[in-house]
Amino acid sequence: MSPRATKFLLGIAAPVLALVTAFAITSLVLIAAGDPAGEVWGQILSVPETRKLTNIINNATVLYLSGLAVAIGFRMNLFNIGVDGQYRVGAFVAAVVAGEAWLPGYLNTLLAVAAAILCGAAWAGIAGLLRATRGVSEVISTIMLNFIATSLVAFFLRKAAVRVEGSNSLGTKVIPEGSRIPSFSIGSGPGTEVYGFLFVAIFAGFAFWFVLNKTRFGFDLRATGQSTTAAVANGISVKKMTILAMLISGGVAGLVGLPILFGSAYSYGSTFQSGLGFAGIAIALLGRNNPIGIAIGALLFSFLNEQSNALQILVGVSPDIVAITQGVIVLTVVISYEIVRRYGVRLEQQHVAQALASEAPPPPGGPSSAEPEEVRA
Amino acid sequence: MSSSAPAPAPEDQRSIAVRLRGIGKRFPGVIANDDVNIDVKRGTIHAIVGENGAGKSTLMKILYGVQPPDSGTIEINGEVVTLSSPADAIRAGVGMVFQHFMLADNFTVLENVVLGAEKLHGVGAAARAEIMRISDAYGLDVEPDRLVEELGVGARQRVEILKVLFRGARIIILDEPTAVLVPHEVDELFTNLRGLKEEGLSVIFISHKLDEVLSVAEEITVIRRGTTVKTVDPAGVTARQLAELMVGSELPSPSTETSTVTDEVLLSVQHLGLPSPEGRPLLNDISFDIHRGEILGIAGVEGNGQAELVEAIMGMRHGVTGSVRLSGTDLSHVSTRDRRESGIGYIPEDRQRHGLLLDSPLWENRILGHQGRPPSVKHGLIDKRGARTDTQRIIEQYDVRTPGPDVLARALSGGNQQKLIVGREMSGDPILLIASHPTRGVDVGAQAAIWDHIKDARRKGLAVLLISADLDELIGLSDRIEVILRGRLVGAFDPGDVTPEQLGSAMTGAGDPA
Repeated sequence: MSPRATKFLLGIAAPVLALVTAFAITSLVLIAAGDPAGEVWGQILSVPETRKLTNIINNATVLYLSGLAVAIGFRMNLFNIGVDGQYRVGAFVAAVVAGEAWLPGYLNTLLAVAAAILCGAAWAGIAGLLRATRGVSEVISTIMLNFIATSLVAFFLRKAAVRVEGSNSLGTKVIPEGSRIPSFSIGSGPGTEVYGFLFVAIFAGFAFWFVLNKTRFGFDLRATGQSTTAAVANGISVKKMTILAMLISGGVAGLVGLPILFGSAYSYGSTFQSGLGFAGIAIALLGRNNPIGIAIGALLFSFLNEQSNALQILVGVSPDIVAITQGVIVLTVVISYEIVRRYGVRLEQQHVAQALASEAPPPPGGPSSAEPEEVRA
Repeated sequence: MSSSAPAPAPEDQRSIAVRLRGIGKRFPGVIANDDVNIDVKRGTIHAIVGENGAGKSTLMKILYGVQPPDSGTIEINGEVVTLSSPADAIRAGVGMVFQHFMLADNFTVLENVVLGAEKLHGVGAAARAEIMRISDAYGLDVEPDRLVEELGVGARQRVEILKVLFRGARIIILDEPTAVLVPHEVDELFTNLRGLKEEGLSVIFISHKLDEVLSVAEEITVIRRGTTVKTVDPAGVTARQLAELMVGSELPSPSTETSTVTDEVLLSVQHLGLPSPEGRPLLNDISFDIHRGEILGIAGVEGNGQAELVEAIMGMRHGVTGSVRLSGTDLSHVSTRDRRESGIGYIPEDRQRHGLLLDSPLWENRILGHQGRPPSVKHGLIDKRGARTDTQRIIEQYDVRTPGPDVLARALSGGNQQKLIVGREMSGDPILLIASHPTRGVDVGAQAAIWDHIKDARRKGLAVLLISADLDELIGLSDRIEVILRGRLVGAFDPGDVTPEQLGSAMTGAGDPA
């Protein structure tokens, strides 16, 4: 088998191994609880109808951006747990800016998106700055910043909110129609509208790949992620890279809530979807910090979420069972990647040894008498 | 084949402590050991020498029960044994002292020794008495109540030996024991080993430092490409002959040809200092010039400021005072990247931590440190094709043994990794080459190649700063040698008329007027 094919197969082996294990463990949980495992899987793995497919794509768009944001940190060996806080700050600020509509039409949209990116970046930048200058672990600081973000946004929401008529919920001013991002339909009938923001997400994925793999900046970032000592010795400023990586990660995180904001909610309220940042961590892990992998991971998570909605009604099992599956996937993914990675390294070392053995003169296969050297005393 | 050893007439079967016959071990695609035959006589020190990757470690893992052999037999004291775990080996009286010590720093010597062997003599007075008995019997001079973290490297090694003896070993394997020791500690170790030998224990000593092997061993077995080549009597061979047996070809020596030194100063270091929070500065008023076509060697016992000196010149340290000028340009306040790009090639001391991205392919490693220049970068974008082509050039010119530039750096042997680094650092027309322990841990073949490349650099008119712990290498390559001691340069020597002994005493401060 060619090395390229081997690499590809090894790349697929890890997530497949992880998924199979996760499904097996979930089934065990179902069986232990006395639930009909077969029916549950039958429901979850059924072919989704167009309306559900639309939901899957829309939610995956959101999760994809979240996964990308986390993956940028991972590539640099930074664990940005704070995507959750960063996207809240970003979405809230974007909602306020877009709702105020200082500029007309799509200029307003652009301004709001830019504000979301900047605020997300700034929020993550705090953690980057702390890490670079004071050595504070970004894990701790981003967790703290998540709490602060939640409270801060809730506080400012009260200031900026307008009461929706006939409802208790608070929300920012509704974005004017001319500034919304149009959706496109993938079927007939209602509920088949896919977010136009999907294209922004695809572009972000492409940019992620391009910057990391094709630019000098991306090379420096990956090099620093692999070995800070080698980075320092080779003239890369680790502090600078830390701050930049956090800023970019936070900037992408600022985009996470925007498909919902500009595609369906049109305002930021107390009911705005939460928890998107944490899902991103799992998806980045599952997708191996690779833009295509993250897309597959996002689609899978979104698929599981959507397909589990009807479990309670149809099979009488709580849809929370897929949360177990998703949780287990994160664990098995980490383990199976490590197993496959070690196997891959061994395989490569053998491959190198083999290639070298075959090009070198015939190895000393026979008895050692084949070596006629005499020691001259 | 072992019968070809110029040893006295074959002795009684029972005088053989370890007899290995036809040991073979294969890993898929690799033959680690093949038909290994060794006889270790009781009460002797038996050295096993070979290049890195020759199969010494695998063989010792087999003898210590870590891996089972695929073929062959192991006899200990005349009995065939099967060793399927280190516990079996210990039961059979085989003990191993690893190169990297396995001691708990925050435990006392006593606690470390009894750890895992509590059943033998308990953990109290009986154990202490046994430790003192062993320590006195073999002159190991350990203090049972000292914390291990307070001990020096030599003392830690004696604790490791004592641990092995405490568990009842009569056959002791030492894996590269001198790699971590300074010269006088090596002498102490050898005294201890001779003590063990006189008590009838057998010592298997693995090394690639040939002079040491010649001075301490009674018999030397040479391993090349997984198999035993020959067992020789140290009285009848020279280090050079041993090295030739190890490589299987004529060895080049490091000696330089005619001087190429000019009077044009390329690197000028003036009053370099690096304060330390703990008091004595790490670098203290260091000044020297290196001319075009000159190799300046820095000799010193490890930890006397060599690493700091290199990092100060490379701009990797904060708080450095003094000036560094390269070819007239003041580099004292510019970043590491700017220093590199103004023409410094850097072969770091620790190639795996500082020189390579182990989990990246070779062509990406070619880019590392050269991110700002062609051929690997074009218009700010990574030029994969350019980098691959140039990596292929390095592979050919510098004889890097690899199937191609897409292999991960981790998959190469140490010598080949180092050759790749040397090739990379010689790219991009450097005017100064800093080589920090360039041949440490590489096999003899790669060592000769790297020496050639350094001589080449000198011939091409580079200034070379060579830091090495190998005095022969320093004397052989350098045009001038400076000795560093406690962060200061304490004396300059002409390699033409200095002996390793003179350098050694300057390195330790003995006989030094300053």
